[in-house]
Amino acid sequence: MAAGISTAHSVVEPSPLVRRIAGAVVILYALITIVPLIWIGLTSLKSPPDSISYPPKILFEPTLEGYCNLFTTRSRQTAEYLQGLPAASGRCEEIARQRSMVVVGASNFVPRFWNSVIIAFGSTFCAVTLGTLAAYGFSRFKVPLKDDLLFFILSTRMMPPIAVAIPIFLMYRELGLSDTKLGMILLYTSVNVSLAVWLLKGFIDEIPREYEEAAMIDGYSRLQAFVKVVLPQATTGIAATAIFCLIFAWNEYAFAVLLTSGTAQTAPPFIPIIIGEGGQDWPAVAAATTLFLIPIVAFTILLRKHLLRGITFGAVRK
Amino acid sequence: MADVSIRNVTKRFGDTTAVSDLSIDIADGEFIVLLGPTGAGKTTTLRLIAGLEAPDAGRLSIAGRDVTKAPPAARDVAFVFQQYSLYPHLSVYDNLAFPLRSPIRPMAKAAIDAKVRTIAAMLKIEDKLANKATKLSGGQMQRVAIGRALVRDPAIYLMDEPLSSLDAKLRADLRLELKRIQAELGATILYVTHDQTEAMTMASRIGVIDRGRLVQIGTPREIYENPFNAYVAQRLGQPAINLVDAGLFPDLAIPQRTATLGLRTEHVAIARVGGAARGEGRGLVRRVEHLGDQNHIHVELDGTPLVLLADADSDIGAGDRVDVRPERPLFFDREGARL
Ligand SMILES: Nc1ncnc2c1ncn2[C@@H]1O[C@H](COP(=O)(O)OP(=O)(O)OP(=O)(O)O)[C@@H](O)[C@H]1O
Ligand SMILES: [Mg+2]
Repeated sequence: MAAGISTAHSVVEPSPLVRRIAGAVVILYALITIVPLIWIGLTSLKSPPDSISYPPKILFEPTLEGYCNLFTTRSRQTAEYLQGLPAASGRCEEIARQRSMVVVGASNFVPRFWNSVIIAFGSTFCAVTLGTLAAYGFSRFKVPLKDDLLFFILSTRMMPPIAVAIPIFLMYRELGLSDTKLGMILLYTSVNVSLAVWLLKGFIDEIPREYEEAAMIDGYSRLQAFVKVVLPQATTGIAATAIFCLIFAWNEYAFAVLLTSGTAQTAPPFIPIIIGEGGQDWPAVAAATTLFLIPIVAFTILLRKHLLRGITFGAVRK
Repeated sequence: MADVSIRNVTKRFGDTTAVSDLSIDIADGEFIVLLGPTGAGKTTTLRLIAGLEAPDAGRLSIAGRDVTKAPPAARDVAFVFQQYSLYPHLSVYDNLAFPLRSPIRPMAKAAIDAKVRTIAAMLKIEDKLANKATKLSGGQMQRVAIGRALVRDPAIYLMDEPLSSLDAKLRADLRLELKRIQAELGATILYVTHDQTEAMTMASRIGVIDRGRLVQIGTPREIYENPFNAYVAQRLGQPAINLVDAGLFPDLAIPQRTATLGLRTEHVAIARVGGAARGEGRGLVRRVEHLGDQNHIHVELDGTPLVLLADADSDIGAGDRVDVRPERPLFFDREGARL
């Protein structure tokens, strides 16, 4: 637009002033949200004394002690014993020696973290797969008592999950599902599938059935038409749903504490345990938290393109 | 290509009967146009033939094979939908190739490519093949939609108002093109429209549908000159036929039981009454529409409005007194049936 002719803007677009205010609000909100995360990141690089010093230190000498403590178990030794040892091999051993300790083995963090990855991604995959198929069925077929069934599915989310904790605990014990990855995947899937069905039904309803009908006339079976025509158009919805499911499964704490203690324990109940081991090791907790955030952030960034459109629940799909 | 026969087919949706006891026999190579107002059941008829709806009664057969219960894929038909015709996630090329890649008709890649390019050239969309289907103009989308059907060689092409939502010029072009392609391929087509020009120019036979029933089927000429009833007479003709009370022209010899006269706009002689006899003219010209090649004259005759056709160079104007004399009127009884 040539200067001086007109400064008018489209009626549907916000004015520059409104935009600037909206931008400021978003930035302010982002800052408020990100400060605790930055603090956790900083704490993970502090030494234990620095982490609890008052007033809090913004400038400090970074150390990997928190990460070392997170990944290893150590034992305290007498000065004589330490003197008799050969020179420290590796950074963590060095740090441990300074605190009169030696590294005796790996901690449980890595296996717990893997449990989280397997359980969260596994249950997300199951919930989204089942949810997509169920949503397609509800969207396209005459299902007897459709509305009642949909309401029933939604109603499973209405009570606080912890209200069913005791029955599930007993049931899992009887079935041998306590402290197993399969048990946790099943549990998170069953919680997430209702959300997935409802979100995805909205997306699939918006895909005109003419597309599948055209494919079926052209010689494709319904399943082939579903795969070739419906799924590609539902990717936005599937991605958005997957992120919601993953965030829930990744962060879930109450059931994880109750149902897992060993082999299937996920990271959320493991992190607070670190506090108890030999004093309050805040840098190790912060290190665990920082690492814990990475997968979900990465996943969200990967699917960001779909999310921006998906979060509006299909309102502006065109 | 093959014969298609629809026998006494009925389809109900709850309380509405969309298609009622409909029978049509379509011969190999015929271009049948279904004409009817909105909600008449035209789309439903096509969907029944394609297998997207199951009939409540009646039988369908394609190429002598009973397909009443066959799934859509097994019927060997191609469909151009009224809307939503293109897959938005695919390119134009992939849209055109999609029917050819179907698992039940395996085809070599090179053959698919050749076919897609031939059809794209035929429809003049070669330069759009790489475009995303959503990045096309309305007219281009319609062409691709028609192309998606034409890449195949099915028993019958079913087309549901494929030229709607196009401008008049493009419509006329595509109309000719489609007719040419049909003749070239010897294709059997069942074509739905409510545009009478499309029906008159393309059809080998026109079927007129009203509230799910087939009222009359015949060549465009038969339908126009020999309508079965007043309803069919009203469907064709632009402007529409004048239906007036039988008593309006007392001098006219009319059969018994005639209740309504049907006067095609061009089947009425109109003459200006001037000079001293001016007061004698029964008709008063209310309005004249100049369309360039012809004039539509709106006349009021004893309180009854009539629309008549006059030559482009006619000098009849609003306020003139005219004499009106019917030629070749159609006679209808009280129920609208032709006498
Ligand atoms: N899936 C459906 N469920 C319920 N009623 C339907 C359905 N499909 C069509 N109908 C009804 O059947 C009748 C015929 O519909 P159809 O779509 O065949 O009309 P049409 O002749 O194609 O009209 P148009 O020219 O507007 O496209 C209408 O009364 C319509 O409301
Ligand atoms: Mg229709």
